[in-house]
Amino acid sequence: MKMLGADAILRSLEAEGVEVAFGIPGGAVLPLYDAFARGSAVRHVLARHEQGAGHMAEGYARATGRVGVAIATSGPGATNLVTPIADAWMDSTPLVCITGQVRRHLIGTDAFQECDITGITIPIVKHSWLVQEVEELPGVLKAAFHVARTGRCGPVLVDVPRDVQEAAFDFEYPDDVDLPGWKPPKRGHPRQIKVAAQALAAAEKPMLYVGGGVLNANACDELLELAEVGRLPVVTTLMAKSAFPETHELHFGWPGMHGPKWSNWGINKCDVLVAVGARFDDRVTGKLSAFAAGATVIHLDIDSAEIGKLRHADIPVVGPLKQVLGDLVEELRRIHAEGAAPRTEPWLRQLADWREEFPLKYGSSGDALKPQAVLETLQRLTVNEDVVWTTGVGQHQMWAMQYLLCDRPRSFITSGGLGTMGYGVPAAIGAKAARPEATVVCVDGDGCFQMTGQELATSVLEDLPIVVVIVNNGYLGMVRQWQDMFFDERFSHIHLTHHVPDYARLAEAYGAVGFTVESESELEGALREALSCGRTAVVDARVDAREHCFPMIPAGAAALDLVEYPDEEAAQVP
Amino acid sequence: MKHTLSVLVENKPGALMRISSMFARRGFNIESLAVGPTERHDVSRITLRVDCEQHPLEQIEKQMHKLVNVLRVSELEPGEAVERELALMTVAATPDRRGELIALAQAMNARVADLGSDSVVFEIVGHPEEIDAFEELVRPHGLKELVRTGRIGVGRVSVPKRSTRRQHVLR
Repeated sequence: MKMLGADAILRSLEAEGVEVAFGIPGGAVLPLYDAFARGSAVRHVLARHEQGAGHMAEGYARATGRVGVAIATSGPGATNLVTPIADAWMDSTPLVCITGQVRRHLIGTDAFQECDITGITIPIVKHSWLVQEVEELPGVLKAAFHVARTGRCGPVLVDVPRDVQEAAFDFEYPDDVDLPGWKPPKRGHPRQIKVAAQALAAAEKPMLYVGGGVLNANACDELLELAEVGRLPVVTTLMAKSAFPETHELHFGWPGMHGPKWSNWGINKCDVLVAVGARFDDRVTGKLSAFAAGATVIHLDIDSAEIGKLRHADIPVVGPLKQVLGDLVEELRRIHAEGAAPRTEPWLRQLADWREEFPLKYGSSGDALKPQAVLETLQRLTVNEDVVWTTGVGQHQMWAMQYLLCDRPRSFITSGGLGTMGYGVPAAIGAKAARPEATVVCVDGDGCFQMTGQELATSVLEDLPIVVVIVNNGYLGMVRQWQDMFFDERFSHIHLTHHVPDYARLAEAYGAVGFTVESESELEGALREALSCGRTAVVDARVDAREHCFPMIPAGAAALDLVEYPDEEAAQVP
Repeated sequence: MKHTLSVLVENKPGALMRISSMFARRGFNIESLAVGPTERHDVSRITLRVDCEQHPLEQIEKQMHKLVNVLRVSELEPGEAVERELALMTVAATPDRRGELIALAQAMNARVADLGSDSVVFEIVGHPEEIDAFEELVRPHGLKELVRTGRIGVGRVSVPKRSTRRQHVLR
């Protein structure tokens, strides 16, 4: 069918089943937005900043497992997408970014709003295309979606010059992709899976160390089955939070820098460590050479480059986790049927004992509202509710990890690898677009909120109501904690104040509902109202700024050397 | 230890940049790099020389293989590959030294590509180590300019193919 390049982009998105795209128009994408004006099945959500649009697309992708789509104009529009692209790269979030580019004859002339966005983003995309001829468009978009969601998920970028959008051609959406160099692994090797199953069946102190890959692979059911069949304990990384039901008896918390002592002891004292779609990130391992020292490592991953990147894998299996975990369950069942029962009960009791012995805790100091109390109350008020959580980055994020218990896959969405402050609010809006029936709550910090808070306008005007709970300590709290602990309390440029801006009034200025909470007695009422009002709501919870996030493994320290709580002797490692 | 990698890539804009960018951001050093057309118009071959241990080498191969434009990565094992390089060297050569230099060149299978009143340009094609040797021989005469293409190579047809071992077939 004869049409313009701009219309072909929308027909291609429709053919890919895209429901919603997040973006902001500008000079070099005017033809594309003109095509939107002509009508499309794709809903367009108008963001207030391209970074917001990108994080919304990420939030959408993470809430659904589908590819998120963000649109920006050339130059500054495109560079504003760089942060979300880098974020999606680090956290393997499937994302297609479509940017306008100056007309072809102007490329390379430093034209108005020209920038080499394909060049800028090369280190942070799986692949990118600068579309040179309008006839290439359908094939490029087909390939873009295919690359974003196959193999290890991640971001791709399609840069379309304005005159390519304006050119007419005969549109036909291809059925197949033509990518001879793109061959993601199809199946994990059966012999390796067999060897892994034998090692697991023989293990007395195994641990499943689960990463975000399990969510990307939609393999949560298979993971649950594996744990239950093998009686295997599970720890989930920040990226995998919600991949395994956190109220399940086999879930033993979250490993890493701010993980509880029992989680870190469990992962570090195991005899067989199964890394499932996880990548031995330094925030999880601490000092790598001391991490789970002595354990046999089974590493299951779709990305062969992760095998042995940081930690040698004794038994590597490269393949899609849904199949690999499914086959592993079958193998384990076969071994059990031959008479070898799981031998993990003493170990499970040990882990449960540690959990009893070293619970998460925080002190109370008079009237001051404790940040942990905000998270605990949120958890209590939402038990059995269909809630999707998003967070910013910092102390509040770590408390959210510790205190919120997520039982449904894809119900916890956060920026892990890149640690992008400002992720929470736009990601929540994207998640709401994906899951309108769910209550979407962004647990944010006051520093984070001020980086992307303008997207409240998007939330209100696009009818994508979210609840933002600002754990407001008036500081860049995590920086404060590090300056306190590692820089002899030399606080440097971290004070934001509790009261500027007045977040409740700011929310009202955006047409949202605002609450200010300054004591524990006001907390529950405000949260209840915010959660049930059905509108975009901001709860400014003014918390005790002195509170630090514990436990903590100082950067580079061995995980077993964690600082549990500063005021008491760390319990001796048995 | 030094390794020669032979990489087949789609002949697409930016393919070389994607590879070199990956090397840069992962902290791998490229010692030499040669790129050119192959028997297929839509495929180019990049020959890379890297100096690293086995573990980073595996990482390099795997990371390269993840690039969409990369079709195949294989290591050219010494002894199993024909490896060549071309060099041009401008050497100071006053008329009284000319004869000696040209005799040297003949002995080393280099030839004179250009001749001036006080210099000569030699071209030499050979195994990179032969070029190293010639370079050392002419250096005392005054090596004014040197340019080398970086090595290229193909697997030998005269020895049985053991090198599939190094071909990256994890997927």
